[in-house]
Amino acid sequence: MGGFLVQILNGLQYGLLLFLISSGLTLIFGVMGVINLAHGSLYMIGAYLTYVVAGATGEFWLALPAAVIGGLVLGAVLERILFQRFRHRDHLDQVLLTFALILLFEEARAALIDNQFHAVQVPPVLDFSVPVMGGFAYSAYRLVVLAICLAVAACMVAFVERTRLGASIRAAAENPEMVDLLGIDARLIHTLVFAAGTALAMLAGALAAPLQSVYPGMGDGFLILSFIVVVIGGLGSIAGAFWAALLVGLIDTLGKVYVPQLAGIAVCGLMALVLLWRPTGLFSRA
Amino acid sequence: MTRLTPRGNLLLGLAALVLASMPFWAEPYHMQLASIALVAAMFALSLQILVGAAGLVSLAQAGFFGIGAYTVYLFGGRVSIFISLPGSLFAAAVAAAAIGPLVLRTRGFYFLMASLAFGQMLFFLFHDTSLGGGADGVFITRPTMIWPVSRSARPAVFLLLNLASLSLMYLGLWWLMGTMFGHALAGIKINEDRMRALGHDVQRLKLAAFILSGALAGLAGHMAAVTDAFVSPELLDWHHSAEALLMILLGGIGALHGPILGAFALTLVREIGQSVTERQRLVEGVVILAAVLLLRRGLAGWRR
Amino acid sequence: MTPAILRARGLSRRFGGLIAVADVSLDLCTGHAHAVIGPNGAGKSTLINLLSGAAQPDEGTIHLNETEISRLSDWRRSRAGIGRSFQRANVFPAMTVLENARLAAQGAARGWRLLRGAESDPETLGQAFSALDQVGLKASATDLARTLSHGQRRLLEIALVLATRPKVLLLDEPLAGLGAEETAPIVALLQALAMDHAMLLVEHDMDVVFAVASEITVMVDGRVLESGAPSAIRASSAVRDAYLGHRA
Repeated sequence: MGGFLVQILNGLQYGLLLFLISSGLTLIFGVMGVINLAHGSLYMIGAYLTYVVAGATGEFWLALPAAVIGGLVLGAVLERILFQRFRHRDHLDQVLLTFALILLFEEARAALIDNQFHAVQVPPVLDFSVPVMGGFAYSAYRLVVLAICLAVAACMVAFVERTRLGASIRAAAENPEMVDLLGIDARLIHTLVFAAGTALAMLAGALAAPLQSVYPGMGDGFLILSFIVVVIGGLGSIAGAFWAALLVGLIDTLGKVYVPQLAGIAVCGLMALVLLWRPTGLFSRA
Repeated sequence: MTRLTPRGNLLLGLAALVLASMPFWAEPYHMQLASIALVAAMFALSLQILVGAAGLVSLAQAGFFGIGAYTVYLFGGRVSIFISLPGSLFAAAVAAAAIGPLVLRTRGFYFLMASLAFGQMLFFLFHDTSLGGGADGVFITRPTMIWPVSRSARPAVFLLLNLASLSLMYLGLWWLMGTMFGHALAGIKINEDRMRALGHDVQRLKLAAFILSGALAGLAGHMAAVTDAFVSPELLDWHHSAEALLMILLGGIGALHGPILGAFALTLVREIGQSVTERQRLVEGVVILAAVLLLRRGLAGWRR
Repeated sequence: MTPAILRARGLSRRFGGLIAVADVSLDLCTGHAHAVIGPNGAGKSTLINLLSGAAQPDEGTIHLNETEISRLSDWRRSRAGIGRSFQRANVFPAMTVLENARLAAQGAARGWRLLRGAESDPETLGQAFSALDQVGLKASATDLARTLSHGQRRLLEIALVLATRPKVLLLDEPLAGLGAEETAPIVALLQALAMDHAMLLVEHDMDVVFAVASEITVMVDGRVLESGAPSAIRASSAVRDAYLGHRA
């Protein structure tokens, strides 16, 4: 029973990391109508950045703000230079453009850092285990990651629900065409949303670095899962992304542990079931 | 999506003849390269039924390609190509018929993402389970042809086989796009809602296109397996699907023969790129960026 | 009047908190045009959507010749004989006029018939030309739809519906945005069409309504305010009040 609880916690923690990544993706879709296949690469960039910063300064905790700030800057730059121009292009162009970004990010990482697998140390202050149940213990760092993700999620919800800017973003996500009519500065919103989405993905990568190590393909799995989360949760819905991410995270984690051959298939199967029942996602307003 | 005039087809036919003559003057390496381009052309052409004809941008195509390829592996090499080829077509068609009704419940962005996820489901099927013989891929025994093919004759024989397959596929699709079915797909691409209002069974039309497209991707996969004698789960990965989209973009989304041009162009670019630098991803990334930013109508469009 | 071939009873549709259509009933008979008029937001377009199948009613029934079709999807209703035109011209701009009409004519084609040549199938061509002929666009057959004038595009809009050989015509503001000279031929067309079809006409231009319709239903805020012969509607004070500022 204790072992099972550990896996549940793992699943929730994975799901929350997935939420950080997917929330950015769903908002970017909802508000800007842009497909960003390179979103998984951002996660990888955040992880490698953490490796570099933690290695250079010896302090893991410095990597988190580095990832967030780096993400905000990178996202804003990408949005202004590229995505702003591509918003109105068709799917084919967007898919290929962001696919090219993946390749270029890979190449940049290879040139600036390397193509190797690296371990990142769990910060010593958290390098212990908390007893949970039946003789099992859970990594304290993982619990902290859980807490941080929940805190970020709560802040996101509070921001979107309580602030005026958040309301503008919500309006833009629900009704992109109306934004200009409502007198909201659409360009500002787009840059903000893209920057925030990028920062969230990189933060997820930073948090995950000590857990799964840093390697070139680490973003691939998350990319597919985050698309599944967005489809299940509904485009533009943060609440949808939250519950869908938890669900997908649990199924994927438990699947990999208990039925490894079917884990990937199971998650896609879940999406199939949802599409059968609700073709626009569980939480979408369509 | 436009079709070539009979005169345009004649030009393509001339190019095909040039390729067919390669066994007489070309080196084996170049014939192998031509085979790579031909298989890629079949793959991209199979997707054009969805993208160019009906306006459905799908990232699942590699899944059907891979099913066609792995069917050859699953046959075990004891069969004749006259069994393995229809077998691959059928297996891919069945998969498309199973996935189609689900993925076609979505439209627009959802369709793209749903197709991505279903394609990956097929990838996981061959990557994670024992069905595919392992995550690293397996060597396969080729199906038997009418008479045995010596090792030295292989490049020429496969070149001609692939050329024949592509030609048949292209001519078949050329005819299909002139039928009421082909025109209905064009109508769906322009104004799907109006098509419904005019009495078209749009869902069934899309499903028919999806199954046909999947089956033809399976055919391309079959030819890849026969040519390379090796299959791996990477064949089903979504990156491979994106490559098909790239070839369509390069050649021209608005023309039926665009994918053929795009496939040859991409194969050539890759070949040149490999001789220039080791940084293949950089080359490909830049090529894609250039194509998306500059080529508004693709190579086919330049002829106009 | 001949027996009604389309009967709608108690149709209601709400969008969230907004009541678009509430308890609307009407009959359409072959050989007669039934006009639906009312201020903007009265629910006229929603009514057409409910009848054509573009939207499903929350309550109420629709019968086509004794068969209930309330839950039938839009394309099935089209095949059953209910044709609908759109307020904003909803054609295929990149195709020629003839290709537009052919696409409409082949709507009901199914199965192996779909593999016949699109440009050579006699049945499809016949239906397409006949529809273009009826609206007077035969001469423009090879013009691209996007090069047509506004008036011609309205005609093409109607031709598309006619090409599906409907028994019922649901026309949503076919004269929207037309000047006086362009209006007259379309009015003549509508009068001719009304003789062979059961027509529902949503229009704002009262002259046209009184020239074409043999029965008028007035809708306000989703409900039927009054329904009856044109003379009765013209004389009704309730209708006049609803149309404040309109010269009856």
